[in-house]
Amino acid sequence: MKQLTVLSGKGGTGKTTITASFAVLATKAVIADCDVDAPDLHILLHPEVIETQEFKGLKLAVIDEKACTECGLCREKCRFEAITEDFKIAPVACEGCGVCTVVCPVNAIALVERVSGHAYISKTKYGFMAHALLSPGEANSGKLVTLVRQNAKILAEKSRSDIIIIDGPPGIGCPVIASVSGVDAGLVVTEPTMSGMHDLERALRLLEHFGVPPLVCINMYDVNKDNTNKIVSFCRENSIKVVGKIPFNPVVTEALVNVKPIVTYASGTDVAEEIAGMWKRILSTLK
Amino acid sequence: MIVSIASGKGGTGKTSVAVNMALSLENVQFLDCDVEEPNAHLLLHPKMSRDKPVNISVPVVNEKLCDHCGKCAEFCKYNAIFVSSEKVLLFPELCHSCGGCVIVCPKKAISEKQRRIGTLKFGSAGDLELVYGELEVGEPMAVPIIREVKRQIKTYRTVILDSPPGTSCPVIETVKGSDFCVLVTEPTPFGLHDLKITVQVLEDMRIPFGVVVNRAGIGDKKVYEYCREKRIPVLLEVPFQRKIAELYSRGIPFSIEMPEWKENFKTLFDEVRKLVGK
Repeated sequence: MKQLTVLSGKGGTGKTTITASFAVLATKAVIADCDVDAPDLHILLHPEVIETQEFKGLKLAVIDEKACTECGLCREKCRFEAITEDFKIAPVACEGCGVCTVVCPVNAIALVERVSGHAYISKTKYGFMAHALLSPGEANSGKLVTLVRQNAKILAEKSRSDIIIIDGPPGIGCPVIASVSGVDAGLVVTEPTMSGMHDLERALRLLEHFGVPPLVCINMYDVNKDNTNKIVSFCRENSIKVVGKIPFNPVVTEALVNVKPIVTYASGTDVAEEIAGMWKRILSTLK
Repeated sequence: MIVSIASGKGGTGKTSVAVNMALSLENVQFLDCDVEEPNAHLLLHPKMSRDKPVNISVPVVNEKLCDHCGKCAEFCKYNAIFVSSEKVLLFPELCHSCGGCVIVCPKKAISEKQRRIGTLKFGSAGDLELVYGELEVGEPMAVPIIREVKRQIKTYRTVILDSPPGTSCPVIETVKGSDFCVLVTEPTPFGLHDLKITVQVLEDMRIPFGVVVNRAGIGDKKVYEYCREKRIPVLLEVPFQRKIAELYSRGIPFSIEMPEWKENFKTLFDEVRKLVGK
């Protein structure tokens, strides 16, 4: 079984649009949306939820007001500024480390579980899907990503799928690391802008750091052909395959407004053809 | 006044709005808190003056004092310490730097050392002061760097914070303490979906906010309907124009080539000021 992660560094380059189309083009794939704090793939794939799991991430400190003597030791030792002046816990700041529980001289503080989000196992027209939603403002999205990937793996084994397609979050931090670790290839979707190029370079370094073979797709390549050429030669110099160059076409937004994957909504258009060609090229490099 | 620019969905134009707004005002301190992918400097073309490493404290074990009781590993909620009968293994990249292991060790065998996870960069463009953070590639934790960037805030200036995308801890850390948050969205189902999540976060945090619709004209009208229903002020619309996209691709803030926009951003900021009451 192979795993492919679609990532980008910079947000909004087209990861989800491309992943949704791959889900359509692939036969027997399991799809995983690992952008757990702003997941969008479900908007295009319309999953039907089969199972919901509570996600318990970091624990939360709770102060027993009756027992607390307001000595202030917890506030002094907490490095996350999570204890307010009136000795309440600020849930957003608390990282559940437990330091306050061990320094409290009267045992007034305990750690309790908190539900930080939900993971879902779903069915779509195109195959099974693992996804999740982190509760707004919660921490530890990396751990939830790991749960989504575990769910995807179980689904892939059960349904005898040969590939897991992972839609990654933007950035290069903990949820991205959790999305790329141990996959067979990382497709970096970039755009020919200064920011796109800067972030592409960092995303490629991240893949290298974790030993993940890189592939590159340039979205809206014709918005700035000079920059596209720069990306192509940069990739050539570094022996990185550019597997797709997708043109700018307003039909992409139209498909999005109609909440359909572009290859279904506008098959035969230049964009749909290019994504289909790219999918074939990716499959052949994975073999 | 401290104004943060956030979005939920990535790539809606946060940095573009933040930079163009900053260039339309005076006495601005611009803090790029998207430390995973800082991009504002690519548009601001600043003169950089200095770098400062960002370190976090991680444990060091004195093997001579350690009797492998395992209390530190048991305590650590982040699985950054593993203790076997002969050895202590540390995974510093997982460490959240809480300092708990030092406290719980009965043999006082644990101390802390500094570990670099990123860099702060200082520069200026005209009278604008720029500070941005850069997370080292391969490091998972952005929050300590964001915290460090925010320690540079000079409240006597107009502070603009450019947030990372998403709705989780790095975003919270960025917008925390802002007088106002400008949410940049695009009029598509993705933009709307992620806007709604971000609105929930800001409501929980009790930070006043308004919306800027970027790439107006593409997509549909649902973002506007949502804002009307929720009585969220739509502060500005930036239309989708190939010229704006091309300028952005070359690293040029569009208000420089299209100076009429400076007035629009000034008006936007005045509106924000009114809403904040400052």
